[in-house]
Amino acid sequence: MKEFKYVITDPLGMHARPAGMLVKAVAPYTSAITITAPTGSADARRLMALMRLVAKQGMELTVTVDGADEEKAAAELQAFFSANL
Amino acid sequence: MRKGIGLPVFPGVAIGPAVVYSKAQRTLPVPSGDPAVEKAKFESAVEVAREQLTAIFEKAKAEVGEEHAAIVEVQLLMLDDPDYVDGVTMSIESGAAAALAALETGEEFAQIFAAMDDEYMKARSADIRDMSQRIYDILCGNTGFSLPDGSFLLVAEDLAPSETIQLPRDRILAFVTRQGSSSSHTAILARTLSIPSLVQADINFDDARSCQILAVDGFTGTWYADPDEETLAMLKAKQEEAAAAKNALEAYRGKESITRSGKKVLLAANIGCPEDAEDAIKADAEGVGLMRSEFLYLGRDSLPSEDDLFEAYKKVALIMGERPVVIRTLDIGADKQVAYLGLEKEENPALGLRGLRICLTNEEIFRPQLRAIYRASAYGNLNVMFPMVASVWELKAAKALCAKVRNELTKEGIPTKEVPIGVMIETPAAAILANDLAKEAAFFSVGTNDLTQYTLAVDRQNAKLGEFYDPYHPALLALMAHIAKAANDNGIWAGICGELGADPKLQEKFIEMGFSELSMAAGRILESRKRVCESDV
Repeated sequence: MKEFKYVITDPLGMHARPAGMLVKAVAPYTSAITITAPTGSADARRLMALMRLVAKQGMELTVTVDGADEEKAAAELQAFFSANL
Repeated sequence: MRKGIGLPVFPGVAIGPAVVYSKAQRTLPVPSGDPAVEKAKFESAVEVAREQLTAIFEKAKAEVGEEHAAIVEVQLLMLDDPDYVDGVTMSIESGAAAALAALETGEEFAQIFAAMDDEYMKARSADIRDMSQRIYDILCGNTGFSLPDGSFLLVAEDLAPSETIQLPRDRILAFVTRQGSSSSHTAILARTLSIPSLVQADINFDDARSCQILAVDGFTGTWYADPDEETLAMLKAKQEEAAAAKNALEAYRGKESITRSGKKVLLAANIGCPEDAEDAIKADAEGVGLMRSEFLYLGRDSLPSEDDLFEAYKKVALIMGERPVVIRTLDIGADKQVAYLGLEKEENPALGLRGLRICLTNEEIFRPQLRAIYRASAYGNLNVMFPMVASVWELKAAKALCAKVRNELTKEGIPTKEVPIGVMIETPAAAILANDLAKEAAFFSVGTNDLTQYTLAVDRQNAKLGEFYDPYHPALLALMAHIAKAANDNGIWAGICGELGADPKLQEKFIEMGFSELSMAAGRILESRKRVCESDV
């Protein structure tokens, strides 16, 4: 299992668009990917669950990746978060 | 050729294809009773929805850019959301038909979002409803209400503000409604857009649907379905004549509105949203005499936030620059209802909780609006006025709240300007008390539509009362003269922002009474200026 933390810098927080992009970004991987915010946790493949986190700027997210392709997925996701959130 | 009549609400001639507006009528297909069949139906409907949304997304991307198209993209992703799909599947397995399962599961999610403590996420409930409604419509074999490309004449029973707000206003050549009156919402919108329109038209929808060309003569109040060649030629000639007359008015663009005896009149426009302010400038308005705030509140699921309102007011302030803008605070209730305010149904909405009454009893509605107005005041020349005032204490209470709000903003370090506070005179009580109100107000603006309705006790929504709704009634004109005199005696200005402000038969009389501002549909400004400049009063 891989895990990393990320603090949201986007002033709008994780609104619908980046949440949608995240759903698309994790689609190619088979690992289980969970996003945990202070408000709860959500499967990264579930758009509405991600939106329901209402993750705002300054919140710390914990991303856990568990499965066969976790190395690659975690690296990719770190890049995704710094680029989009 | 078939023809008929209606009550014209704006002059001009429109010729083009007709579209009949209908609230989508859906027939629920008979459920198969077999979950596997229903599930397959749902899946194929999702594919159709995906194709539709993809097409909309591509179009939006090309027209408004990827950033704005993202909202459509989000709906595309919601289609595949495992929680949504699981919810629908479970509902189908417990016996529901695909269409209802899709709709109801969407509604469940929409409600979860609507209840969230975050403005942005709250607003997303509309996206979820939109997405599930689309699947439902596909399963019911209804593509909904569709509009042709290009311009058209819109035929409807009647149109509510929440319906017209979703229409492409720049493509509508005319409204033809079977109900309504000269002061109903559709008529006001027709005047704002300067398009010839008929209300109370005796047109039947089958005629409108089957005709190739529909024509409306807003001068005579006649409609023609498939006009013959002779009629068409006559209408086209009229159309050209009207265009020529409009061109002739261009001579008055940029001129001062002043009578021959030297009385200056400010000719302003009535607007509903920031886009209208651009039309007002194009029409050479000298200000905005009435910004109807309620359109910022319609067509949505929750109260607009202070920031939403601020952005809209700021936009108007910036567009109008130095020209004065009068913002009327929320006048919801009566014929304009919004579900999310949770207001009780009333026996007599026109005499009910509306206008300033709602604002004074619900500070959580009023305060953000006042804060937004004061924040926007730094960007232009804003004035505020309160609707439905009947007593001096109401004005005092609202003024006290204004002072409090401005104070708070100053403490927060947010710049504000002095915002003159006026009263919209639309109850007979306010008219009679004009001398007392004038001591507390910076200006008056007469809302003639409601003042007529309340003075004559005639419901303006009731088409059958047409002949009794008499804006030239001597009782009304006596009140108007009293209002203007009270304003002038107390050193404040008085204007008119109801439909009568543009009435060619009364404008001169109003100036004579002492009104110094007339606010109207933008399209009437230049002709009014011609009238003012040619007047001797």
